[in-house]
Amino acid sequence: MTDVAETCVQENPVERYLRMDRIPHIWCPGCGIGTTVNCFARAIEQADVDLEKLAIVSGIGCTGRVAGYLNFDSFHTTHGRAIPFATGLKLANPDLKVVVYSGDGDLVAIGGNHFIHAARRNADLTVICVNNFNYAMTGGQAAPTTPLDAMGTTAPYGVCERPFNLPFLAKSCGAVYVARWTTYHVRQITKAMVEAMNKDGFSFVEIISPCPTLYERRNRLGSGLDRMKWFKENSVIKNGSDTRNIDIAYQQPIICGKFVDIDRPSLLEVTEAKIGDIRGKQRWADVSRRQKKSIEQTE
Amino acid sequence: MKTDPAGVLTGAHYLDGDFACGEGAMAAGCRFVAGYPITPSTEVVERISRRFPMMGGTFIQMEDELASMAAVVGASWTGTKCLTVTSGPGFSLMMENIGLAAMMETPCVVVDVQRGGPSTGLPTMVGQADMMQARWGSHGDYELIALCPQSPQEAFDLMIDAFNLSEIYRIPVMFMMDECVGHMTEKVVIPEADQIEIVPRKLTSQTPEEFLPYRVNGGYVPEFARAGDGYRFHTTGLTHNEHGYPVMSAECQEQNVRRLIYKIRDNADQIVRFEDDGVDGADIVLVTYGITARVAQMAMEMAREQGVKVGMMRLIIAWPFPEKRIKELAGKIKAFVVPEVNYGQMVLEVQRCAEGLAPAVLVSHGGGGVHEPETIVEAIMGAAK
Repeated sequence: MTDVAETCVQENPVERYLRMDRIPHIWCPGCGIGTTVNCFARAIEQADVDLEKLAIVSGIGCTGRVAGYLNFDSFHTTHGRAIPFATGLKLANPDLKVVVYSGDGDLVAIGGNHFIHAARRNADLTVICVNNFNYAMTGGQAAPTTPLDAMGTTAPYGVCERPFNLPFLAKSCGAVYVARWTTYHVRQITKAMVEAMNKDGFSFVEIISPCPTLYERRNRLGSGLDRMKWFKENSVIKNGSDTRNIDIAYQQPIICGKFVDIDRPSLLEVTEAKIGDIRGKQRWADVSRRQKKSIEQTE
Repeated sequence: MKTDPAGVLTGAHYLDGDFACGEGAMAAGCRFVAGYPITPSTEVVERISRRFPMMGGTFIQMEDELASMAAVVGASWTGTKCLTVTSGPGFSLMMENIGLAAMMETPCVVVDVQRGGPSTGLPTMVGQADMMQARWGSHGDYELIALCPQSPQEAFDLMIDAFNLSEIYRIPVMFMMDECVGHMTEKVVIPEADQIEIVPRKLTSQTPEEFLPYRVNGGYVPEFARAGDGYRFHTTGLTHNEHGYPVMSAECQEQNVRRLIYKIRDNADQIVRFEDDGVDGADIVLVTYGITARVAQMAMEMAREQGVKVGMMRLIIAWPFPEKRIKELAGKIKAFVVPEVNYGQMVLEVQRCAEGLAPAVLVSHGGGGVHEPETIVEAIMGAAK
């Protein structure tokens, strides 16, 4: 009996990482965002991260609210601008571990330009993208991730555009870590988050999530639970897949796995080496003289 | 406190306004700059990117001005003094995150080297048509401070003030240069570092347990916690309470936004700054700023030679606007004459504040050049009749 009572009063292991004074959260029943937050809370325990130096940056939308529920230095920024905000934060204090946590519309539609450039420059950021195939906060509009032919409130006859293949986009722009999982794969998500956070440079985790209130309902795909069953039955794990071949088509199998895990000097590494070089060389009088001369010339 | 000598290029230099502005920022302790190239402002970041490594500063060229402004707001949360630099088209893109800076109460400085507009306009030629945008450009209600240098020396000197004001009030400060001031080259005297007084970030002394990021205890400006210092704070662009948590209600909006507005309005008397020249006893008062103040100087002298009692009030800080001074003068003079390189922006403020006691005559110039002094003299003579 005592054991049971003790078990009952035990703190939920992830509570300490959440702002419990803000619970209940705003997410709908069956939504997958909370699942990913649970995974994240478990991942930070395993990752090589100083929790006092961890900063979470979100943009706008349902996933954009994640920053507000995580009990770390957290920034709920403008729509699409989480990545550049985070880039400034990280560069101005490289001791921080900066995680961008946002949705597909925020990161790759309005924020798409920032996404590709952060990957290109290998900015020292971990980007977690919860992809629920639509703009949920505003009521289920089509997104650049909505599969061709799927319905959205702004695509009442089905989407006419090919969606982004996010792992391919991230990889081709230079990301050093790229993985995709669904919210059914909680252990793999956690592991991917740990691996992503332990990388230097731009790491990217896409998590396919149900949005039962909007995407699933409009497309008659059932409840959140139905969707989890569908993820279970229709996910194909292919680690190391060529990201060119993992497009998501409407109600077709979703290829999951870790696709990229490489090393490439990160933005900070390159910057620090170059600046160290500039300062180092300055000790030699001739370079110093040239430096001064070039400054004078610009005057 | 005195500034870090590493950023101070003490001595007499021959600099253009853009370089002087960059030197001012570095002397003020700015150590993070994000920018995107745009004429006629690019020289500011060219200067800074060359000099920054020697003083531990970080420059990054972002993918656009949306990103530049966002990076600056993010970087400022480390306690670093931050700057971005642009011109009209980029200024438009920055408006989104200038609003974020205002809402999150993030100190930063935004330089706009004004060129002719609208749209792409006259990239290499002067304009002063972003003055209202500086004040009202981002959506919603907020207040900020905007400075208007008229020379390279002032581009240096006022930059120090711009950073200090942004720290005191935790606001984005607009630095409204124009292409002429940016590209004119003059003597700029940079003092010793121990002559430059700077305002450091007001870091909280409270413990993480007691600290609330937006509690002001009856004051106007909350204390600051840096990311990574263990405070685990939250901040948002949403309407928020003193915890920094979003609250969607009219009551919270009133508490939150009223303070953003009144931290400037209630301190406007301390902030407003202008320079008078022969205003006492004048019949006509020129209200000017930036490069136009220097053109108007000649016009004033020409009009005085013709026997008109004309004075000049030069705006050094355009926002907040010197409302009281304009109203006081309006009761004593015949007319205001307001030359500006636009089709009438600050003249609207003069008219509003004069409350009909004296007319305010606009002398417009569409941009791409500055006024002929004769045009201003003509307006003065007309107003003096």
